[in-house]
Amino acid sequence: MSAMTQSRAPESYTPDRPRKADGAGRGNIFVYLIAALVVAFTLGPVLYGVLAGFRTNTDLSRNPSGWPEVFTFDNYKNILTGDRFWGYAFNSTMIALITTAIVVVAGLMAAYPLARYQFRLREPLYLVFVMGLLFPVAVAVIPLFIMISNDLGWGDTWWGVALPQAAFALPTTIIILRPFLQALPKELEEAALIDGASRIGFFWRILLPLSGPGMVTVGVLAFVGSWNAYLLPLLLLRNDSIKTLPLGVADFSTRYATDMVGVFAYTSLAMIPALIFFLSLQNKIVNGLQGAVKG
Amino acid sequence: MADEATARRGGTASTATPNPTEAAGSTQVLPAAPARAGRRGTRPGLRKGLEIAFFVTPALVVFLGFVVWPVVKAIQYSLYNWRGYGPMVDFVGLKNFTYVLGNTVFQGALSHNLIIMVLSIAIQLPLGLGIALLLNRKIRGRNLLRTLVFVPWVLSEVVTGVIWRQMLQADYGLLDTLLGSIGIPTPQQGFLGDTSYALAAVMVVLTWKYLGLAIVLFLAGLAGVPEELNEAAQIDGASWWQIQRRVTIPLLGPTVRTWIFLSMIGSIQVFDMVWILTGGGPAESTNTMATFLYSWGVDRNLIGVASAASVILFVIALVFALTYQRLVLRRDAIDYVPRKARKAATR
Repeated sequence: MSAMTQSRAPESYTPDRPRKADGAGRGNIFVYLIAALVVAFTLGPVLYGVLAGFRTNTDLSRNPSGWPEVFTFDNYKNILTGDRFWGYAFNSTMIALITTAIVVVAGLMAAYPLARYQFRLREPLYLVFVMGLLFPVAVAVIPLFIMISNDLGWGDTWWGVALPQAAFALPTTIIILRPFLQALPKELEEAALIDGASRIGFFWRILLPLSGPGMVTVGVLAFVGSWNAYLLPLLLLRNDSIKTLPLGVADFSTRYATDMVGVFAYTSLAMIPALIFFLSLQNKIVNGLQGAVKG
Repeated sequence: MADEATARRGGTASTATPNPTEAAGSTQVLPAAPARAGRRGTRPGLRKGLEIAFFVTPALVVFLGFVVWPVVKAIQYSLYNWRGYGPMVDFVGLKNFTYVLGNTVFQGALSHNLIIMVLSIAIQLPLGLGIALLLNRKIRGRNLLRTLVFVPWVLSEVVTGVIWRQMLQADYGLLDTLLGSIGIPTPQQGFLGDTSYALAAVMVVLTWKYLGLAIVLFLAGLAGVPEELNEAAQIDGASWWQIQRRVTIPLLGPTVRTWIFLSMIGSIQVFDMVWILTGGGPAESTNTMATFLYSWGVDRNLIGVASAASVILFVIALVFALTYQRLVLRRDAIDYVPRKARKAATR
């Protein structure tokens, strides 16, 4: 506070001050340097992994930190032509799609009355879902394992993993969607009701199409979570034919630990779909996280 | 000044909330309108109740069935000596809890969780904030930088863990050879295999994985700081650093505080990364509460003991969350007071 009032005094300097503070001066080189360091630290491991996937084991062990002398597509080809990789990728996709579908449909439906109806239990009900944020998955895994694998017999099924994943994604979803639905103008609802639409008709024909952006945001978040999930699939998916990509990567890396270049190639392939999908929807993810933060 | 700034920020963040509450309040009149109710021939209250039930039931069933019920079951299991099969009859009271709390492996795991929590915040907050402030300047390729910084967060823990485990391998790993080439000795079992370095190595990987999230969230928060404030401060002759310290960082308060919250909750339940990198070892030196309850519950089938550990984890997470909410986050939630007051007024 005092610094600012003090520096207010030399009024005559103001013309050239703003330019300096904008970062156009010598400080800029420093900024680019830091940015370059950050990028190197961030991308270094990823690029190293991708590159190592093109090497041979003898080449890698001879000089792990050097530039590859041998360049081969064999590692990638072997994994892509092996049967397991595509099976894992398929399971990951299906589980993520089911999870996302449940989260988006159930979440939007629940957020609607919580946002636009007035009833006595509204806030307590909302609080029940918000409290869900404080329930870590780790707390529930053992009972979930017993319940799903033993009691329900849903172990080794897509549903068995997708349902609990969706359940744990619901709190964030509802927290993001409620303010979103609240912000839609009430005139829409009035007009629809005057035209004779029921509340359910209004939800179906007007609210649903208008909620597109919100649904994409929560959908992407649910998909991210499911695609990357490890703990629940690890417990619930025991059969090799039903395992997901993260389990496949982990299995491969322990089973073929000596084949370092193969492991690098496998992990590199496993991250491609995630990178393409998530980076193209990056803004949605950030918005969603922010929404969750603000809610 | 900071308070003023926070108040303003809190206000902008929540503009959507108080007004729509009002909106929802006034639409309430509509379904109760006699014309409509008469036409349908049902009691409006009953109809509304059925509608609400229709909309809420799917989410509520899934949530209660797969989140709340398992936690309740965990509490029940924690009171029994049970191995996961056969009838659960051996009621042991709080014996599992005293066992877990007295277990040195669990004590170690809990302390590792706390170390991870403190170090995550102590490392990522200054780094993330500094990088976000730098990247927020008008430099070329800013958007590309943001995208690149986000990459590690997008990768799964498993992929990240496996790549790093390979790089940290003893002798043949990237790090060992790099350090070896400049003459720095490395631990014989590799950084992940040495009890005095393993947790630090895990911490490095966690930082790599999650720093991007902090930066991206802070950048998003910075985007919400009105340009005019910076301009006004510039015109007043404030230097870049003065502007950051006196204007921007205080305005970023709510974002930072929420990020700390997320980071805390995340640190308490770390599992994936540790499990992939070290499996809790060597010699239990990187266990967390989650890896403890996995290895005792799943590998050794001691469901009662593992459940007691999970209940303890739950209570710790809850205490941290509620305390932080009360002490820190409450001042960001300025919209909560008017909302409650409004609700009271409508009753």
